[in-house]
Amino acid sequence: MKRRSLFALATLTAALLSPWAVQAQTKTLKLVPHANVTILDPVWSTAFVTRNHGYMIYDTLFGTDLSGKVKPQMVDKWTVSKDNLTWTFKLRDGLEFHDGKPVTSEDVVASIKRWSSRDSFGGVLAKSVDNYSAPDPKTFVIKLKQPFGVMLEALGKPSSNVLFIMPARIAATPGTEQIKEHVGSGPYRFVPEEYKPGERLVYAKNDKYKPRAEAPDGTTGGKNVHVDRVEWVIIRDPQTQFNALVAGEVDIVEQPTFEQYSSLKAQKDVQIVDAQPAGLQFIFRFNHLHAPFNNVKIRQAAMVALGQEAHLKTQVGAPGMFAFCKSIYPCGTPLASDKMGIYTGMADPKKAAQMLKEAGYDGTPVVLMRPTDLASIAKLPLVAKQQLEAAGFKVDLQQMDWATLVARRAKKDAPAQGGWNAFMTAWTAGDILNPLTMAMMNAAGDRGWFGWQDDKQIEEMKVKFAQATTDAQKKAIAEQIQLRAMETASHVPLGQYFNPAALRKNITGLVPAGAQVYWNIKKN
Amino acid sequence: MLRFLIQRLLSLIPVLLTVAIVVFLILRLTPGDPAAVIAGNNATNEDIDRIREQLGLTQPLWTQFWIWFSGVLQGDLGYSFYLNKPVLELILQRIEPTLSLAAGTMLLAVLVAVPLGTLAAWRMGGWLDRILSGFAVAGFSVPVFVIGYVLIYIFAIELKWFPVQGYNRLLGPSAQGLGPWAWQLVLPWLSLATIYVALIARVTRASVSEALTEDYIRTARAKGVTEQAVLMRHALSNAAVPIVTVIGIGVALLIGGVVVTETVYAIPGLGSLTVDAVLNRDFPVIQGVVLFFSALYVLINLLVDLSYLWLDPRIRY
Repeated sequence: MKRRSLFALATLTAALLSPWAVQAQTKTLKLVPHANVTILDPVWSTAFVTRNHGYMIYDTLFGTDLSGKVKPQMVDKWTVSKDNLTWTFKLRDGLEFHDGKPVTSEDVVASIKRWSSRDSFGGVLAKSVDNYSAPDPKTFVIKLKQPFGVMLEALGKPSSNVLFIMPARIAATPGTEQIKEHVGSGPYRFVPEEYKPGERLVYAKNDKYKPRAEAPDGTTGGKNVHVDRVEWVIIRDPQTQFNALVAGEVDIVEQPTFEQYSSLKAQKDVQIVDAQPAGLQFIFRFNHLHAPFNNVKIRQAAMVALGQEAHLKTQVGAPGMFAFCKSIYPCGTPLASDKMGIYTGMADPKKAAQMLKEAGYDGTPVVLMRPTDLASIAKLPLVAKQQLEAAGFKVDLQQMDWATLVARRAKKDAPAQGGWNAFMTAWTAGDILNPLTMAMMNAAGDRGWFGWQDDKQIEEMKVKFAQATTDAQKKAIAEQIQLRAMETASHVPLGQYFNPAALRKNITGLVPAGAQVYWNIKKN
Repeated sequence: MLRFLIQRLLSLIPVLLTVAIVVFLILRLTPGDPAAVIAGNNATNEDIDRIREQLGLTQPLWTQFWIWFSGVLQGDLGYSFYLNKPVLELILQRIEPTLSLAAGTMLLAVLVAVPLGTLAAWRMGGWLDRILSGFAVAGFSVPVFVIGYVLIYIFAIELKWFPVQGYNRLLGPSAQGLGPWAWQLVLPWLSLATIYVALIARVTRASVSEALTEDYIRTARAKGVTEQAVLMRHALSNAAVPIVTVIGIGVALLIGGVVVTETVYAIPGLGSLTVDAVLNRDFPVIQGVVLFFSALYVLINLLVDLSYLWLDPRIRY
């Protein structure tokens, strides 16, 4: 009797515990992304977490390495006609979508068309395109109306929106609508039946993926997969992320809070790995439409009043996690330059006060918006307020959540009627690598980025940049654009910072890139 | 009785209609635009306008309300702006974790609090009563997240007895079985139960102590009924109505108010769905969740009222 009871108990226990036993057989990488994934269409949304999801399941025509160089990924070879108007690309062998169908040039053309209908860089490309054609399943041709020297930079753009290649039937979805199927040809395939919004996303290894032979470098090179599946576990609370990592329940926390790094470094099973060495950049953006910042001299005074050090130390604080960088392009990337005109990056309240006086500032308060719920930038406006006030500005700091801020910054009304004068945000390096991807350099007035700078010179120089055919030409034009941006005080770059990932020590091979990517990674 | 039941169920209609109108209007009047959130950091006004039009937010307010409300009447709560999924599907997906959390917490709280409160009332002023009073003060004063982090540190990180976070499903295709389900929920149940043990034990103590002063208790004792029977059959059963009322309110509060616990333990329940929807201004999800909670509150109250019939035969509807 006793033996029978024991057997029954053992059977019950085994039945209850069996799911764990099954799980233990597969090598699963569990990571906590930096945000909840609410949108799965990387063309429809510019959210970085959606972009990272895109890198899991889709492949790209070109990638960008860590030094900013564009290299082929799905493309094998390409040629450019002598007049720089015809680009012919040939896809490499062995490309296959997760539904088993081969990747064809028709799919590529459909994907480019959808992407360029939403992406700003893609939009610039689309204006230069005469037509696309697909003479055979492996060849596609882009015929241009005018030279477009940054063709490869556009096709290999590392950050949102990335040109991901989808099957033509999916890419036929208008850019204004979300796609409903998530089929790519990338190193992992999305597992829709295990997708639980707000809880977890599951990716299985794509066994049919043929990686390139080159070593991984940024978003270029071989995308080798060494785990069976990757689970993105959504954990909202930073302390719970920390606890889960320490307890070994997850393998990677993509972006710990700055306050956690010292505690994380003290954990024996945890390592800190910077997978985005070009980092991110804080910026201060002016509204060019309304007083006082509709006066360029007052914008320049504000630029002189604002210094990088206090912003970086207050917001980031953690030693080694931030760097002084004057350039509007991320320091360490090809177009970065120290030629910044009046902008030194150092707060100079005396000089700013003098400039403000000369500009005839009448004490109109600056409505500065602060997103209280976005911890990664919430402290910046407090510092900016103090520095602006030290120079003689009156600042009306208005607190709100991010959803309210992004709605309000789209309003062109005067600050007293619900508009605004300034806000602050952050960009990953991949978004500001060149003037065509940088939102702040959209100086097309009413049709431009929030703040609505209207500057024909910047717009004209951007066209020249797009047509430049050599790196030296591009660099020179980018420098002129930077000088013009500072002369007109389009925005203020407030330094570079880094937000490395925290990994269990048995995780190796995290690839540094302009986005968070999870191929090549090993779980020992 | 049947008339009462029908009346109460019919009262759901004006309640839900009022909630629907108020929530719809409040959301439209609150600052924040889902189109601007969706469009992202490098959007332009043109992009936002296009998304707003696609989401139907450029239509007149009454048209938007009618489109949504006529769907609700047919059981369609609409589509999430972000997740591209029906709101009803999202709610159904999140019910299980929240109900598991709420039901386990309340069961644990009742099993501990009712005997504790009864014993404290029986020996009022004794050591058990004093411990209970102290525990009640602590239970009310210490925030749930503090209890949660302390339990995680001791039992998950140091002793490694329980997991730090997550939820194993009990039902559906990804069900992992009863063991993993309960194992994952032990710490959340303990964290949440603290405050409810304090609350229910205090109410039980007050109700039972009041009942113990009644004449029928004196009569029972005079007749030689054992103390155990006095407590269980006479005192506790007569004190049951306020205790059940508090439990009913507690269940309702738990279902709608477990967001902190869900966050600390990364449990994908209705609380986190609501918070995400509010932060992103996902109007259809907020509207759907609020309507769902309202209907649930009315139904829980109805069940509590019906339980009075069973607990106190003097009550008639």
